[in-house]
Amino acid sequence: MSLFGEVPQATPVAVFKLSNDFKDDPNPMKVNLGVGAYRTDEGQPWVLPVVKKVEKLIVADNRLNHEYLPILGLPEFRSSASKIALGEDSPAIQENRVGAVQCLGGTGALKMGAEFLRRWYNGNDNMKTPVYVSAPTWENHNSVFANAGFKDVRPYKYWDAEKRGLDLAGFLGDLETAPKHSIFVLHACAHNPTGTDPTHVEWMQVAEVMERRKLFVFFDSAYQGFASGCLDKDAWAVRYFVTQGFEMFCAQSFSKNFGLYNERVGNLTIVARDADNVRRVLSQMEKIVRVTWSNPPSQGARLVAITLNTAELFAEWKDNVKTMADRVLLMRASLQAKLQALGTPGTWDHITQQIGMFSFTGLNPKQVEYMIKERSIYLMASGRINMCGLTTKNIDYVAKSIHETVVNVQ
Amino acid sequence: LSPNLDQILLSAKASDYLIGSWWSEVQMGPPDPILGVSEAYKRDTNPKKMNLGVGAYRDDQGKPYVLSCVRKAEAQIAAKKLDKEYLAIGGLGDFTKACAKLALGDNNEVIKSGRNITVQTISGTGSLRIGANFLSRFHTEARDVYLPKPSWGNHTPIFRDAGMQLKAYTYYDPKTCGFDFQGALNDISKIPEKSIIMLHACAHNPTGVDPRPEQWKEIANLVKKRNLLVFFDMAYQGFASGDIDRDAWAVRYFIEQGHNIVLSQSFAKNMGLYGERVGGFTVVCKDAEEAKRVESQLKILIRPIYSNPPMNGARIAATILNTPDLYKEWLGEVHGMANRIITMRELLVANLKKEGSTQNWQHVIDQIGMFCFTGLKPEQVARLTKEFSVYMTKDGRISMAGVTSGNVGYLAQGIHAVTK
Repeated sequence: MSLFGEVPQATPVAVFKLSNDFKDDPNPMKVNLGVGAYRTDEGQPWVLPVVKKVEKLIVADNRLNHEYLPILGLPEFRSSASKIALGEDSPAIQENRVGAVQCLGGTGALKMGAEFLRRWYNGNDNMKTPVYVSAPTWENHNSVFANAGFKDVRPYKYWDAEKRGLDLAGFLGDLETAPKHSIFVLHACAHNPTGTDPTHVEWMQVAEVMERRKLFVFFDSAYQGFASGCLDKDAWAVRYFVTQGFEMFCAQSFSKNFGLYNERVGNLTIVARDADNVRRVLSQMEKIVRVTWSNPPSQGARLVAITLNTAELFAEWKDNVKTMADRVLLMRASLQAKLQALGTPGTWDHITQQIGMFSFTGLNPKQVEYMIKERSIYLMASGRINMCGLTTKNIDYVAKSIHETVVNVQ
Repeated sequence: LSPNLDQILLSAKASDYLIGSWWSEVQMGPPDPILGVSEAYKRDTNPKKMNLGVGAYRDDQGKPYVLSCVRKAEAQIAAKKLDKEYLAIGGLGDFTKACAKLALGDNNEVIKSGRNITVQTISGTGSLRIGANFLSRFHTEARDVYLPKPSWGNHTPIFRDAGMQLKAYTYYDPKTCGFDFQGALNDISKIPEKSIIMLHACAHNPTGVDPRPEQWKEIANLVKKRNLLVFFDMAYQGFASGDIDRDAWAVRYFIEQGHNIVLSQSFAKNMGLYGERVGGFTVVCKDAEEAKRVESQLKILIRPIYSNPPMNGARIAATILNTPDLYKEWLGEVHGMANRIITMRELLVANLKKEGSTQNWQHVIDQIGMFCFTGLKPEQVARLTKEFSVYMTKDGRISMAGVTSGNVGYLAQGIHAVTK
């Protein structure tokens, strides 16, 4: 008799299963448009040149050791990471009302923010506060907030499948009808999975409703720099909300823009009313950190901190980021042009209008299945493709396959 | 029509826009009792100050010690020019396999039959937390976790936060500064069936008091009679006696006796990889099929916390464990660290005698591992800190790693002064 006899087999996390299936596929033409990691034009992972440089510095420096970081993380990392999100001359930073918690990737930052909110927001241990995530959203958003104890995680209208763009009226409508103090998870830029971001004017409208209805702003910023190629441009929404006086959280990931995926480098930036509130919030964050991972991993944070705090390295990093963003933009333009040239039914402007790593192609589940089974092109059931999986060598095959799929499968 | 951000900044409504703060009711959290000691130590300006708080190893100059095998492994890794792609949710395979082998032994039947699942975790804390979450969700027969009295301070908040209830069994005997064997057996015999019992595999934290092998045998027998689920916390393998296999003896014995344990491992201390957060969590299952099911559920638990674990430390640990000459070097260095601690224990007692102390300090030598439960009372601890700038936790625990041949005399002076 086993204590674990009743433990059921869980269904695998979809995006990782996709990668596994791709790995096992013997077809030499196979293309992986699944998991969200950058690839070069040779289809290879890319360790940023600046990262290689800084790694060498770290390994060579015998003064560095492997001692515990403070509970909240490496101070130079936390402050420089928050500056990246909010801007060097952010009024909130100047007014000393910004705090930060170094976390394990963007996921870890969302987790810490969620745990804190469940304990301290809208009453004590109030698990009933609705948490709104976009429809669709990164699938792990649901789990992070549910596992933090929130009982009511709901979608807000976001993607308009018919017009293949933002459902602004629906979005604003859900903001208007959400119970007061509801938490809204907003994608700072390069929305995952749709690649569709509100315009500046649309963000201003969102902010107006959120302020009026006292909704909590929780930004997820996983692609800063990756969307447009420019850090400041990609942070516009986050910074706008700060100028509007919001207290808010911003979960930052350095997985993509630093290519540091497996080092788990993230930062939860906290903007509060004043320094005293920040201090108390951080003291409670420490307690949550201590029962989850005690203190965060050192390597990735060191790497980022050294880079952000050294002028030439910072410049080199921004350049590396632009390289990645530019290649994605090139692939977008290419794919759209090829589909147009093939005369593929439907409109394909959304490919170039969408921004960031992902594109919501509009392919339906049947078509996705066809792509995988008949063409060995792996993409998510939602029709999401990772633009980074496209290269100058495979883009013709992918374009032709999409064309064939759309024509033959409804 | 895109609004000009500069103009927006100029007319910023900033702090007075919203009334009050969401966080006005958030209380100031108390400082962490263990890590808080280090904070206080940092602020002290006394040149003779000693930090005997947190359990991080120091060399005889009082400096952090980066193991030579670690530096070699790092150089090897750097030369390989590896990518930084996400690890699997369960972590680096080379690491988890070696981690299990280290704990259970090379030829362990559990590993051979594939009936363990071992996942990479965020050091020991992360491992305990995943374990607590797993038991909370799937061990529905009992909510109670029995900790030894006393236990590591962070055990209680971890399990509590995971929704478990904490109880205790007698462990430390303050009269002898040793193991209260009968007291432990008495309490354990009353634990309701299917409850979870936490055992420190070696180098008990905070007391440094470990059961002897024949005592472990009786405990294993009783625990089996009571049908308890055993949770081993092994944070100091190698660090206690200096011998990897000796320190894992209890874990291996229990498994041999048929206990399907859960196990947390940390590489913070024995590889000096503290800040890299290297650990493992193992569930010993009935068979390989069950291990697969358990694995799938562990992944579901891990994903919404941090998605997948950090690479750097696991890669270093795996390189050391899987490269014969680095492994050999590591065993030597662990032995060296353990030996220095044992030497400091002997020196402390010798110096106390020299000071003229008439107290019985034998327990300082009998206790094992990084920590020593001095037997000092809170008032004595407070005096030691205030008058001598010796920092330690209120329960009288000192980290022997903070003692050096240079400061052991001063420490003896201070302890004698507050206990004579």
